[in-house]
Amino acid sequence: MNLMMLLEMASTALAGRVALGTLDGGVTCDGLMDDAAGLAGRLRASQAEHLVLCDEPGAVLPLALFGSAWGGVPYVPINYRLADDDLRRLVERAAPALAVVDTSGAERLEGMDGVEIVERHALLDDPTGGADPAEPGDWPMDPDAAAVLLYTSGTSGPPKAAVLRHRHLVSYVFGTVEFASAGPDEAHIMAVPPYHVASVAAQLSQVYSGRRIVPLPKFDPDSWIDLVQAEGVTHAMLVPTMLARIVDALDRRGEALESVRFVSYGGGKSHRAVVERALELFPAAGFSHAYGLTETSSTVCVMGPDDHRRWAASEDPTERARLSSAGRPLPGVEVSVRRDDGSEAAIGTAGEIWVRGEQVAGEYAEGGSQLDDGGWFYTRDSGHLDDAGYLWVHGRNDDIIVRGGENMSPGEIEDALMTHPAVVDAAAFGVPSREWGEEVAVCVITRSPAPDAEDLRELVRTRLRSSRVPARVEFVHELPYNDTGKLLRRELGERFASGPVPPA
Amino acid sequence: MVELRPGARFQSTVCTTEVIVVKGTGPAELTCGGAPMVAAGSAERSGEPSAGASEGTLLGKRYGDPDETVEVLCTKAGPGSLALGDMPLAVKVTKPLPASD
Repeated sequence: MNLMMLLEMASTALAGRVALGTLDGGVTCDGLMDDAAGLAGRLRASQAEHLVLCDEPGAVLPLALFGSAWGGVPYVPINYRLADDDLRRLVERAAPALAVVDTSGAERLEGMDGVEIVERHALLDDPTGGADPAEPGDWPMDPDAAAVLLYTSGTSGPPKAAVLRHRHLVSYVFGTVEFASAGPDEAHIMAVPPYHVASVAAQLSQVYSGRRIVPLPKFDPDSWIDLVQAEGVTHAMLVPTMLARIVDALDRRGEALESVRFVSYGGGKSHRAVVERALELFPAAGFSHAYGLTETSSTVCVMGPDDHRRWAASEDPTERARLSSAGRPLPGVEVSVRRDDGSEAAIGTAGEIWVRGEQVAGEYAEGGSQLDDGGWFYTRDSGHLDDAGYLWVHGRNDDIIVRGGENMSPGEIEDALMTHPAVVDAAAFGVPSREWGEEVAVCVITRSPAPDAEDLRELVRTRLRSSRVPARVEFVHELPYNDTGKLLRRELGERFASGPVPPA
Repeated sequence: MVELRPGARFQSTVCTTEVIVVKGTGPAELTCGGAPMVAAGSAERSGEPSAGASEGTLLGKRYGDPDETVEVLCTKAGPGSLALGDMPLAVKVTKPLPASD
């Protein structure tokens, strides 16, 4: 297997279809195929063992991804926002490598041993770099070859490289996408950073379905809305922080986006109020909430458009709350929630989330396979399954608050706080307590008329139970998220454990 | 007889058809154009699909048995048609999945 199978199929069935860029003058499926052959030839003629991409979302991404696959080297997108030293350290690990960069990247990576630098525009102008293009169809077909290395966003510790092999990603696409199912008018806006697994999955899925990719290099909500309108974008994938900012911008502009037929969001905690408002501001769109990890080739559970409509319209609070769930496993993916002793947790009981399936890689370059004997991968997330088979993700297991021996999910407390109309965002975390081991602390962002701490305590007491009531309530203007939208609860925990903040 | 497992790839010996297994494990009499399929890339093509097995395959379509024990995806189309033993494999009309990315 090779990722190139996906592009080859698309270019066979949809040769003249625009795969990338504007409808008029964009790159067609067969054009992308030719460019990938050029880059593959260049990689083979070089010493490169990896292709490092250090750039924003742009037209060079699919070329780099498929060209690497054809050339038989892993595609390694790296976070271009890293500090120079950190960036160079990661690139060093990939040497000998061909590094695809923008102009500033060229300066930042200058003079590294075994790193050949090519600027994005030069590669797009001539993918071969003077080498002979690869011969038609001559990509390696070893299913176990590494296709993509992704440095996990890691809310703690040094970055680890998750290894996704060709078989994982190809299985994911074959299992989840109908071939050539997109109409010629469909377009996907690609705004997620290249080093996020969703960027890799989105590129493969769009090419295989025949949907044009419209990249947005620098995300801000207004540019995003403008590009959607200019290009008649029909499909979008967003991390929750992006969705929240777009919803705010649309409200400010007094606009709705009629062209969008499909929005998927995931990769972090999403807020029900944002989703409910988004359903109104994208009146023609179906919404999907996806749950997945880098190590699982992205999505493993999804709550699709039908679910969204059904739960949003429900009068039953339990059903309506399902909007905050992660939905149900994809076909071919199994989910198991386990207790500490490894046994299956009962329906409705929290435990560790484990997943299994052809797309589940569960492997790091540094630590090898993390799958257990049965092929299961521990996500390090905590959650539960409900009686309808929906998975509820409570948060990273490291974030679980243990108060007097009782495990508490920060996500559950945050969801309760977010039901207050004036709470814009919330984070729950544990802080050391002499009496309980840990106490619940929360940071909230509110708008006026703002509730006071006692209102919020009462809300948690009513919706959950008294042990969940926060001992500390802090009103803040900002919460710490990493740049792929993950809430950094541990950072808050550390800040408040050592900081001068008095008990509320 | 071939050994099915998800991700295994097979080719026709009488036409250009290639498939990849999406679902199904274990030994199976997978045929295309009336002739047994073999591991992809392992044989040259010779002959023609037999008369009763020449409906053809369509690129990107999924084929399966009525019991839904086996599903293959056509990665290269050809004039032969697919069967499992005596039973022709039919194009699966799948409910479109919600795109997740």
